[in-house]
Amino acid sequence: MDENGPEVPRTSFAHSFAIQRRVIHALILREVITRFGRHNIGFLWLFVEPMIFTVGVTLIWSALKAVHGSSLTIAAFAVTGYSSVLVWRNMPSRLVDSIEPNLSLMYHRNVKIFDIFASRLLLEGVSVATSFLVLTIIFAAIGWLSLPEDPLKVVGGWLMLAWWGCALGMFVGALSHRSELVDKFWHPMQYLLFPLSGSAFLVDSLPPEFRDWVLLLPMVHGVECVRDGFFGSEFVAHYDLGYMATVNLVFTLLGLVEIRRASRNLVPA
Amino acid sequence: MIRLENISKAYRTRTGRHWVFKDVGFTINRGEKIGILGRNGAGKSTLIRLIGGIEQPTGGRIVGDMSISWPLAFSGAFQHSLTGLDNLKFICRVYNKDPEEAEQAVEEFAELGRYLKEPIKTYSAGMRARLGFGISLAVDFDCFLIDEIVAVGDKRFQEKCYNELFVKRKDRAMIIVSHNDNFVRDRCDRAAVLARSTLTEFDDMDEAFAFYQANATG
Repeated sequence: MDENGPEVPRTSFAHSFAIQRRVIHALILREVITRFGRHNIGFLWLFVEPMIFTVGVTLIWSALKAVHGSSLTIAAFAVTGYSSVLVWRNMPSRLVDSIEPNLSLMYHRNVKIFDIFASRLLLEGVSVATSFLVLTIIFAAIGWLSLPEDPLKVVGGWLMLAWWGCALGMFVGALSHRSELVDKFWHPMQYLLFPLSGSAFLVDSLPPEFRDWVLLLPMVHGVECVRDGFFGSEFVAHYDLGYMATVNLVFTLLGLVEIRRASRNLVPA
Repeated sequence: MIRLENISKAYRTRTGRHWVFKDVGFTINRGEKIGILGRNGAGKSTLIRLIGGIEQPTGGRIVGDMSISWPLAFSGAFQHSLTGLDNLKFICRVYNKDPEEAEQAVEEFAELGRYLKEPIKTYSAGMRARLGFGISLAVDFDCFLIDEIVAVGDKRFQEKCYNELFVKRKDRAMIIVSHNDNFVRDRCDRAAVLARSTLTEFDDMDEAFAFYQANATG
């Protein structure tokens, strides 16, 4: 292969980036085949699964007329709410306990824990984003909701939620390698956080003294922003993307530190 | 070239840190073949795993500009629910190799026939070893890590492996761990001994073996 002179040095950024892209691409394809196989609709399950969840929740909430303190359409409320839950819940869930079963990948020196995490996060992000987009279009086509008033705000809010999902995911994912307690606590945590996450209520409909407490949770800001973009003219949105970005950043750093720590202590069988 | 600088490795145990070795330094150049000697538990496999990037050293660093294989014939690097071919394609993507070329090479070498398209969990141990070895050869590295190669497969398979490695790829660097003295003497340019928690290098084979014998019992 490279008998004419030395290889590109390993330290060059462009070279490392090319390797990392290749590795993440390979991991994504591997993950898709492992998870969905080649049976029936195969990788389409990636998009259909979150859609089934969201449609189910939309139907239940519509049937119960569970709109909280607002006259807006239930479908728009449910689609924005549940799509937001899926972002910050599915991303970490995919990463909790994802190191141990993938330890054999460490035999390939170019594959790092970060790459395993990145491939799973990308896949999950594409999955829930597609589900959100497709359902919005379908529901708009059949007249259940109107298209967003400000699509940029929707995308911005959603990206902030995705960042939160990635940061939280990297943190709990790497931490779960250190202690099995993380796996035990993550499941109840996500259930307890769901009612507080702003998906099933508008912050404006809460009593003011409770509002401040709920707004400590970063995902509440993201959901409010997504909804502001969708039907902002119909309610008063409460969010601060600066605060959310700060929390996201802190968790991103914590996540990276924890990944580094986990990488140093790996012992593949 | 690959250079180990002040490498140390410790594992956490219930009774505190256990140091496998400290201050290990050595260099291997293109085409060189180095044997690593050491008794059971001296840390030979650990050293191989550090060089292969499978585990991270506790201290020191490893630098170099050669591509390094995983420990040869090792089949733990596979996803067992996927087919041999899926695994091959994955590895080709990771190492930037043409999958069709590699598939042909592996088909020829591993002789798995239609089982290449079956999940690896249905393979026998011998089939797994053949596939693992075949894929390592197809990817083709500058430096091969070889951990007890003689233990794998029947005589015909072993001859095939020798031919592929030591005849067709004799220009590659190799780091070889073996308990078989003759194997190391015949195949390696020099040897290093893992004993007393560190690595000692020797240019002369006889000196290396003398040192190994002296430290093997004590």
